[in-house]
Amino acid sequence: MQLTLEFGGGLELLCDSKKIHDVNIELQNGEDKLTMKDLLSWVRTNLIKERPEMFMKGDTVRPGVLVLVNDCDWELSGQLDTSLEEKDVVVFISTLHGG
Amino acid sequence: MSASEILRELDSLKDAKAKIEHKISALEAQLKEINLRNDAAPPNGSSPSYPTNGLTQDMIHRYSRHLMLPSFGVQGQANLLKSSILVVGAGGLGAPALLYFAASGVGRLGIVDHDVVELNNMHRQVIHTEAYVGKPKVKSAAAACRSINSTIEVVEYEEALRTSNALEILSKYDIIVDATDNAPTRYLISDCCVVLGKPLVSGAALGLEGQLTVYNYNGGPCYRCLFPLPPPRTACQSCAEGGVLGVVPGIIGCLQALEAIKIAAAVGEPLSGRMLLLDALSGRIRIVKIRGRSVHCEACGENATFTQQKFREFDYEKFTETPLRVPPLKLNLLPSESRISTKEYSEIILKKEPHVLVDVRPAHHFKIVSLPKSLNIPLSTLEARLPEISSALKKEEEKDSGLVSGSGAQLYVVCRRGNDSQRAVQCLHKMGFTSAKDIVGGLESWAYNVDPKFPTY
Repeated sequence: MQLTLEFGGGLELLCDSKKIHDVNIELQNGEDKLTMKDLLSWVRTNLIKERPEMFMKGDTVRPGVLVLVNDCDWELSGQLDTSLEEKDVVVFISTLHGG
Repeated sequence: MSASEILRELDSLKDAKAKIEHKISALEAQLKEINLRNDAAPPNGSSPSYPTNGLTQDMIHRYSRHLMLPSFGVQGQANLLKSSILVVGAGGLGAPALLYFAASGVGRLGIVDHDVVELNNMHRQVIHTEAYVGKPKVKSAAAACRSINSTIEVVEYEEALRTSNALEILSKYDIIVDATDNAPTRYLISDCCVVLGKPLVSGAALGLEGQLTVYNYNGGPCYRCLFPLPPPRTACQSCAEGGVLGVVPGIIGCLQALEAIKIAAAVGEPLSGRMLLLDALSGRIRIVKIRGRSVHCEACGENATFTQQKFREFDYEKFTETPLRVPPLKLNLLPSESRISTKEYSEIILKKEPHVLVDVRPAHHFKIVSLPKSLNIPLSTLEARLPEISSALKKEEEKDSGLVSGSGAQLYVVCRRGNDSQRAVQCLHKMGFTSAKDIVGGLESWAYNVDPKFPTY
């Protein structure tokens, strides 16, 4: 499944300082869909190069990270259970505090 | 006259000038007030009174470009003139927001800040001028606002916002603008707005990115709905640590002014339930839909019991594990025999003792300024580049082989403030460089204790 993943607010530092990643994720045997839960573990294994604790806590993102699926808060689409579709854009953004 | 005498004279002249300017703007405002009153009550039999919907002749002239906007008009301006807005933080976000609030005629404008203007603020905090370096930001910002528009009321709060004073201050304003720079204050302001039922225009900026939304308004979420748990402290970089391109908070601050003015004037569609994300480097702005008010929210949810009393007792520093007045983090990871002071290191240089100095700051920091003959190996690459340290030590020992020796070349580690250097020494100890020592307090301490001419940033 082809997806565009974007990291912002400093999270890109965890994956080689690259903000946009066009990825192709192979679905597991017998599965015909990909959920955000699957995607998070894929990202953790394949994209996060350092300090994974700055990205995840338990099986979800750490506090202070907003997740957007096609420009929409994942809270509105079922969080970890959100089903992803071909060409979806998923954004992970760390909240900023500076000013 | 000596330099110090000139400086003293300059200071006292600047003080006198500020006092005179303040007096001038106060008198001008007073004169306007009198003229307005005279205008409002023309002598019997003179010019007729014109229906102007409550706006004076001066107001019509000053705000004419607002008044001509069909979607803003007389009603929008009249609402704005009656409104009150509190800006918390007169920094990179607050600076442009305050300028626009003053210029556009917000009736009462409050400014909260406990800091003083520093030279390294000037690139982004465009409301302050060089004459105010070392002086309170609130005074500087208030003077700038008054000089733009002497007809509005500007209220100064030269103090940090705390649970003990927030309710009293925020309750006097219709709209609150969060232009602060740290997590605990952001939770504190949001909770206070929930308790008092005030809309909160929240902005943040760091590096080349910015974020903006309106909380606690029109059924939208509060800060806690979106972020029920605080982020780890290590995820909260400040502009002082991470750097920021001046114009980025400027853009977000202007957008905060826009949102607050829309709410105050009761026009348009506020950015509630949506968030604006600015990526300045790639030139992209994205507006995303965020969750609405959460029924489970501890502050504003259905069963929330967050009262004024609870707010006063809430410990925001403990909740976010971050002190409100953010002092630079001071680690103490090493035994004293593994550390030396900058003074001691300066003697080592004078005595030409054989040694290698490793600077573990990121390469782009090293480029700003560094100590002579230091070897830049950023902390993140330290483990992979140990052979470079070994060979540098060897070279230093060979160079010194003719002289008294025995202990070989020493290994010292430095960084900006003395935290990463300790982490690096810990790592070096583990990897067999057991004599590695950290230079306490880093380059900041070098500038403070050894050479005041060393540039700090």
